[in-house]
Amino acid sequence: MAITTVPETIRKPGRPTSPYRTRPQRTSLGRKVRDNLTGHTFLIGAVLCFVVFSWYPMIRGVVMSFQRTRRGETTWVGWDNYVRIVADPSFWTAWQNTIYFTLLALVFGYALPFFVAILLNEFRHAKGYLRILVYLPVMLPPASALFLFKFYAYDPSEAGLFNAILKALHLPTSQWMQSPEMTMPAMVIASTWMNMGGAVLIYLAALQNVPGELYEAAELDGAGIWRRIVNVTIPQTRLILALLAMLQIVATMQLFIEPLILANGAGAEDSATSVAYLIYQHGFFQNDLNGAAALGVIMLVVLAGFSAVYVRLTAKQD
Amino acid sequence: MSVPQYRKATALALVAGLGLSLTACSTKSGDSSNDASGKVTITVDCQPVGAQKEILQNWNDDVVEFQKQNPDIIIKSVSVGEQCNNPPDFTARLAGGTVTDLFYGYMTDLQQVLDSGQAKDITEFANKDSIPTWDSVDPALKEVFTDGGKLYAVPVKNYSMGLVYNKVLFQQAGLDANNPPKTWGEVRAAAKKISALGNGIAGYSEYSAGNTGGWHFTSLLYSQGGQVLTPDGKKAAFNDAAGKQVLQNLKDMRYGDNSMGDRQLLQWGDLLTNAGAGKVGMFIGAPDTTQAIVSQFQGKFQDWAMAPLPGQDGAAKGTLGGGEGYFFKKDLTPEQVKAGLKWIAYQKLTPGKGQFDYVRAKPQNYPVGLPQPLLFANGTEAQKQELELRKANANVDTANFAIFEANPVPIKGEPRNAQAIYAVLDAAMSGVLTSPNSNIDALLKTAEEKVNQLLAAES
Repeated sequence: MAITTVPETIRKPGRPTSPYRTRPQRTSLGRKVRDNLTGHTFLIGAVLCFVVFSWYPMIRGVVMSFQRTRRGETTWVGWDNYVRIVADPSFWTAWQNTIYFTLLALVFGYALPFFVAILLNEFRHAKGYLRILVYLPVMLPPASALFLFKFYAYDPSEAGLFNAILKALHLPTSQWMQSPEMTMPAMVIASTWMNMGGAVLIYLAALQNVPGELYEAAELDGAGIWRRIVNVTIPQTRLILALLAMLQIVATMQLFIEPLILANGAGAEDSATSVAYLIYQHGFFQNDLNGAAALGVIMLVVLAGFSAVYVRLTAKQD
Repeated sequence: MSVPQYRKATALALVAGLGLSLTACSTKSGDSSNDASGKVTITVDCQPVGAQKEILQNWNDDVVEFQKQNPDIIIKSVSVGEQCNNPPDFTARLAGGTVTDLFYGYMTDLQQVLDSGQAKDITEFANKDSIPTWDSVDPALKEVFTDGGKLYAVPVKNYSMGLVYNKVLFQQAGLDANNPPKTWGEVRAAAKKISALGNGIAGYSEYSAGNTGGWHFTSLLYSQGGQVLTPDGKKAAFNDAAGKQVLQNLKDMRYGDNSMGDRQLLQWGDLLTNAGAGKVGMFIGAPDTTQAIVSQFQGKFQDWAMAPLPGQDGAAKGTLGGGEGYFFKKDLTPEQVKAGLKWIAYQKLTPGKGQFDYVRAKPQNYPVGLPQPLLFANGTEAQKQELELRKANANVDTANFAIFEANPVPIKGEPRNAQAIYAVLDAAMSGVLTSPNSNIDALLKTAEEKVNQLLAAES
């Protein structure tokens, strides 16, 4: 017979016992499930959804990356797909482009919203109105926003919005997406504009949690605005800053819709080919689903590595 | 109902609901079979989309008429949107196993379809009994869909590329619209004059994105007498004088003459949108591009004419041919295959019916008189019938296509792994069209290395 209660004498010291506890401490799994039947049923639904739509495709992708399908016959090929993908000259081009975009996005897409949030936080009037203005681009579907940039802002003729502004300022115009050198900066500008509102809102929430006394004390010590940002704002919001930096890296490394729409895919001389676009190209243009799966796994490992670094860093900070 | 009972009922309902939803997601069509009454049902894709009202009506009328003539066959037609002109959509459906019983594919798709293991060998079924005009169908087109002596699809459309030009812009630029350019030098001179009209008009326009750049590079290369691959299909063969000449011509027009417009990285619809707006003087394309300009991009038939593809110093040495066909899904019963062939014979391969029903198409502003599809071999009975019907019901000015028809250029098919190679060659095309400092030798060398690697991986 199973022991369901622990004798008083062998209980660890300091462990309080509830005077109201009448049931045994350990209950069977079946009992737990029965007690929370509705909750568990909802849980099954959620788990099934994850299994079917998230975990299974990932596992299937990993399996496919070690297989090759020819004439309907699937065979195991070991690391062949990985070797082939890494040997593809486009592989390194795509990683270079993606890392370049990520670095640019960290400089602009990450830092700019932080400073916009600080500015907004300083405003005393029309705060809500200004926040809505900053958030508006987020409400525009990404495809629509990018088409606006493609056909209106980045028109390479002098009729294009940006070129008209540059010309009015007596600056040289640009070919924008048609120039291999400008492809990535142009994509970062568009991406930053599209996504800034969300980041600004998160920064604003973090800034409002910084105790006002700290700023008052800093001001009394003679700190100017820059010192206050460096010595008060940044340390007080470091966890949010770290979180958004990680999210920014993970999101920007999955760069896909910008090349697809702004550059019609690969862009001028492959200057827009990102890793995610290369996966799409292998899978759907080159009929190489196994190669695409291998590339997807490589990307997964890299992004998981970044996430692990983040978890370690934040754990140390805590 | 007590609380525990209520909980149990809720839980059961949820589980049952979820289970049913998942089952519904995973269930494949059970329509495609022979039912108890002996009727055979087949699903067919590429039903015209709703926006193309008259074409859709024609398709539906054909289905009704065919079923009246064949009461034992039920045609279930499916519109799959972009699948019928978008390689990624097609690949997704093929990989997902969601193609219909009869499914449409490009002539370049055979290997991909075979790799997916979804195509049925229809060699024993395709004959004069199932398709009365079968012996008239151009054998070269059947060959395109044949692998290892086995036939996997029935060709339903065939085209070849030429020089499409805007007669109105030719006249405005002081050019003779009845004497279009015959060489790339003449194209260059004409493009300069047309672009001098200003107003954002490109004298000549070209693709460089979404695989279309590589597709057109191939046709331009054929015009120079070049080849994409070596005869054994194992190595790239475009990094030679012909390939360099193709890119040099484009670079000269783009940056030497500034006659190709400001906006590059064009893919299929981009160029035709500009053409429909009267902003393109010349481009290379098949006769049906004029149809797309009119039906999808608000252009006018009477503005457009076609000439043979130009050559470097004289007539072109070759031009690219391509087309489409219908595959049959692997698990079909012989009855379904026979029913499918009957439908294709009726809708696609019978003069006076389906796509060749010119009497019906004439008043619908659907073009009759274009020099395609080139499905039937020269001199065959079906070709004679089709040409007579086409001539009698023409609603486009056939004179606009007369020079193209009267000066045929040898047609070459698309290379093995065409779509993958086109994707690589896009970079070479975009290189010369977007950078005045592009290095043609380096662009071709990089493309050559990538294609060789791709072919090595495939072999």
